[in-house]
Amino acid sequence: MSRRINIKPYTALFRIRFTNALQYRTAAIAGIVTNFAWGFMLILAFSAFYDANPEASPMTFQQTVAYVWVQQAFIVMFFMWFFENSIFEDIESGQVSYDMVRPMDLYGRWFSMAAANRVARAALRCIPVLIVAFILPEPFRLALPGELGRLGLFFLSMALSVGVVVSFSMLIYISAFFTINGLGSRVVVASVGDFLAGAIIPIPFFPDTLRVLAELSPFGAMQNMPLLIFSGHLAGDALIRGLILQVFWLIVLLLAGRALMGRALKRVIVQGG
Amino acid sequence: MRLYIKYFSMHVRSQMQYKTSFFFTSLGMFLTAFSTLLSINFLFARFDSVGGFSHEEVLICFAVMMMAFSFAELFGRGFDLFPTLLGNGGFDRALVRPRNVIFQVLASQTVLTRFARIAQAGAVLAYAIPRSGIDWTWDKVMTLSLMIVCGAILFFSLFVVYAAFSFFTVEGLEFMNILTNGGLEHGRLPFGVYGDGVLKFLTYIVPLALVQYYPLLYLVDREDSIFYALTPVFALLFLLPCYGLFRFGLRHYKSTGS
Repeated sequence: MSRRINIKPYTALFRIRFTNALQYRTAAIAGIVTNFAWGFMLILAFSAFYDANPEASPMTFQQTVAYVWVQQAFIVMFFMWFFENSIFEDIESGQVSYDMVRPMDLYGRWFSMAAANRVARAALRCIPVLIVAFILPEPFRLALPGELGRLGLFFLSMALSVGVVVSFSMLIYISAFFTINGLGSRVVVASVGDFLAGAIIPIPFFPDTLRVLAELSPFGAMQNMPLLIFSGHLAGDALIRGLILQVFWLIVLLLAGRALMGRALKRVIVQGG
Repeated sequence: MRLYIKYFSMHVRSQMQYKTSFFFTSLGMFLTAFSTLLSINFLFARFDSVGGFSHEEVLICFAVMMMAFSFAELFGRGFDLFPTLLGNGGFDRALVRPRNVIFQVLASQTVLTRFARIAQAGAVLAYAIPRSGIDWTWDKVMTLSLMIVCGAILFFSLFVVYAAFSFFTVEGLEFMNILTNGGLEHGRLPFGVYGDGVLKFLTYIVPLALVQYYPLLYLVDREDSIFYALTPVFALLFLLPCYGLFRFGLRHYKSTGS
């Protein structure tokens, strides 16, 4: 039996979600102002810490500045917190039964929806934040990586990290089949996960044991990697190891998600007509 | 007041019907706040001070802001959810009832899960107060209480501004988050460390520094004029323009229809 995967419906879906997300321009502008002010406050806070004791930091101030700006610019791509709420609603309302009769794999469908939404919103938001960050006075200015190769690795790692974030969130969407009111557990997972991913302070600032654990966990394969590559903190063997870990977690999470989805769909009971 | 207590107990009872949900949401609240606390501890494990403030002094600052914010949310959540109330026409119903509108919005929501954060803030205070090296005379105790009470009222005023804006935009405004959630998140450090520009803004425009930075200076004996201890009281003046803005919005209110 030959199994041909038709990719077209997924790209079409991706395009629809993308154009859809581009409609909310006012929301995007408000978001940009927020991201910018937020990033600026974070950098000022780090600057105050560096003033107190510049040697104590695992990252240079320049690297931290780059970390914060790129994080704020692509925040909707990296934070688990931005769940695709329509998926939860579909599961809770039973709407999902319609999706199940579509001639399209449900996992792939949700995956491309969630990924498209993140990429589209980030595409809209990142440019203004980056432009302002590039023209700010020193030392708050964002510096481009010196070599072109590093920029390429950054984009590669960013794509991988979106994959890891979305495939991890897929586990949470699918778990909504098993729990009726999952809001609480969602908040728990998102806040712990985002913290371990380096959303509040970069992973290099963690104490040693926790740092190693976070780096090896799927959370370390999220925003941590592209941001540290861009800022130039990560290089050489550590960089290659990190990229391999990203690929590893992406595959594991995809397989786990598919398996969980299979089990969940087997026990779905659709009531009424 | 009797009516408010009645509303409050009604919300309490209804939220207690879903115990698991209540538990998990509280846990989530607790962990979100806890990750901020952890980040402070991690940073202080590497750097010993920030802007001349010690770890314990910063913890007091963090706990005061979190407590103030959580109390504001506990009572003022109705204003936070106001855009929804406007959007679904629920506000029209409030307008035709023979009670004060603000009272009704105030009573429309209570979120008990905020107790998780209040408890955490209390625990941090209990840890930091004896270790901070501050000599807790009665005036310092008063200053600390003023910071919490006036801070809560200030955050509440910001929720009112947020609600007032939504009269004009119907939708919520994300940029207000930088003042409310941002005030909480960045208020973990004394506002003075963010530099002059930020401090001026937070003194004269949105007076968050009046409930946090200036009284903290008094607590740690960097300033000994009683004026610094009383700055939180001046922050209450901020409620007036906020209330005015809300009234202004109310006069211009057009229903979204049903």
